[in-house]
Amino acid sequence: MEQLVNLFHGFAVALQPYNIMLMVIGIVLGVIIGVLPGLGGANGVAILLPLTFSMSPTSAIIMLSCIYWGALFGGAITSILFNIPGEPWSVATTFDGYPMAQQGKAGEALTAAFTSSFVGALFAVVMITLVAPLVASFALQFGPAEKFAVYFLAFCSFVGLSKEPPFKTIAAMMIGFALAAVGLDSITGQLRLTFGVTHLLNGFDFLIAVIGLFGIGEILLTMEEGLAFRGGTAKINLRVVLQTWKELPAYWMTSLRSCFIGCWMGITPAGATPASFMSYGIAKRVAKKGSNFGKGEIEGVVAPETAAHAAGTAALLPMLSLGVPGSPTAAVLLGGLLIWGLQPGPMLFVEQKEFVWGLIASMYLGNIVGLLVVLTCVPIFAAILRVPFSIIAPLILVLCAIGAYSVHSSTFDVMLMLVFGVIGYLLKKCNYPLAPLVLAIVLGDKAEEAFRQSLLGSQGSFGVFLSNPLVSTIMILGLIALFWSVIQEGYSRLRSAATA
Amino acid sequence: MTTGSSSNTGPTHKLVEAGVTLLIALFGVIVIAGSLKAGINWGAEGPRAGFFPFYIGLFIVASSGINLWHGLREDNDGLFAEWGQLRQVLSVVIPTGIYVGSMPFIGLYVASTIFIAWFMRWLGKYNWITVLAVAFGMPLVTYLIFERWFMVPLPKGPLEEWLDL
Repeated sequence: MEQLVNLFHGFAVALQPYNIMLMVIGIVLGVIIGVLPGLGGANGVAILLPLTFSMSPTSAIIMLSCIYWGALFGGAITSILFNIPGEPWSVATTFDGYPMAQQGKAGEALTAAFTSSFVGALFAVVMITLVAPLVASFALQFGPAEKFAVYFLAFCSFVGLSKEPPFKTIAAMMIGFALAAVGLDSITGQLRLTFGVTHLLNGFDFLIAVIGLFGIGEILLTMEEGLAFRGGTAKINLRVVLQTWKELPAYWMTSLRSCFIGCWMGITPAGATPASFMSYGIAKRVAKKGSNFGKGEIEGVVAPETAAHAAGTAALLPMLSLGVPGSPTAAVLLGGLLIWGLQPGPMLFVEQKEFVWGLIASMYLGNIVGLLVVLTCVPIFAAILRVPFSIIAPLILVLCAIGAYSVHSSTFDVMLMLVFGVIGYLLKKCNYPLAPLVLAIVLGDKAEEAFRQSLLGSQGSFGVFLSNPLVSTIMILGLIALFWSVIQEGYSRLRSAATA
Repeated sequence: MTTGSSSNTGPTHKLVEAGVTLLIALFGVIVIAGSLKAGINWGAEGPRAGFFPFYIGLFIVASSGINLWHGLREDNDGLFAEWGQLRQVLSVVIPTGIYVGSMPFIGLYVASTIFIAWFMRWLGKYNWITVLAVAFGMPLVTYLIFERWFMVPLPKGPLEEWLDL
């Protein structure tokens, strides 16, 4: 009951005209970011973060989270119309979305994608409303060992669930931890790993890394491919929308399943991209018309879009309740919280009620606004993609530079951004995942602090991580996640041996 | 966009990947060295500053070793990228390097104008009117949004000082 009251207070905050205006601005910017190559949710939010320094934290998070929703919506537009996924999580949408567009059913595909996105996000928001306060109150009892165990679980899930080779994921993650360690040690106040370079006293800011790795790196990849856009035109009218909406309820089962997959993958930091693939794969296996998948089946658009949005939204649950972001974009939002002077984690639900519930209420409203904006403005957004890349690219590079500079008003950071960009290009080409690297930079200090404090309490004995049922359960879950692919392989071998 | 003579050659994927892996391992060694300098043992205040990063460094070196072994064993004769493609990438990296390098001296606005103009004229082959419109328009819009509306100061150079902005 108390949650409902809090949520109503949240709506009162989110419905202020100023906040609604920010919501619309955020959604529009987000869709543009989602549509443009080289600008994604994470670095888009990172670039625009400095704009919010002068706002109240609640207004700031409303605008930034709406950018995130907009980016999630925007990815689908390019996938369906141009067969170019604007975001990695919309790759699976191209499988059936693009064939539909080629058959002249772009309107149906877009309507299905947007509506599914909306349903997935709504499902995840309802889940956050109900579950997040419980998780947070539970997490209030966590000591340093439990905190470290949660970080351990988060990072192990990355290794076990990502599609990249596990040792590359580990290497990428450890690079992130090492970068986070540079500078002043928060416990002893000692300098480390700076090698006498004064610019490194404060360490590496993950926002610079995000802008470089995702923004500049992506531009370089696009340059290499010599990108040219070719694709269908977007026409959506009310008749098509209503007709598609009449069709969609038939796929309620796919939708519900995708919601669950998305929420699960979003909370464990596997993220939206694997969620969309998994949901598509299962739908293909289960659906009656499964063999038609890939040839323009509307269900093949519903499944990945629902899951991707549910995952993208659910990624905010651990960010809000535990202080562990479930995706790079959630990590950037968490970085924003720190800059606005809020301490992410369970205490938010106690100390910053207005902020938390304002954000949750704005998730409901933001997705409704988002759905309306994308349905009505698709042709405009699609037109952005017809602007040649040689105009877009320098503008994005300049924007990245502005974003990197304004984090700390430092031109050194801008150069660092370019270095991160080249590193991002190389790592991406060599199949290293970038998300765990970024998350490790964000969480590195906190994970280390929890680790060292637990060891301090136990006089250096590692037994502290198995000292009570709670911490051992989380640690064991972490180990299972870490060896998940090995366990799966062993299980399928056992089964085939048994049937043979 | 590639020229005919260089369309099918380039560094192999295996070679570049091995290079990247070695660089990561080198980074791990630097982390270990830095941690040793900060002290990796148990001090009066508990684990010392280098304690945690030391093991991180070990992990980096160890996983790089495994990645190197996997990479070299892999049967992959593919190219990392063609020379033409790499030239394309460098044609962005180098000017961007000059752009960010000149920013502390001439300010963001002048540097951006030149950079956008160069990019559109040389890589995009646009006519001068379009080039100048975008190259002057974008910094102007940036100025209005960032400095005027959101009051985020951006780096300025001698020109802005002269104009007293």
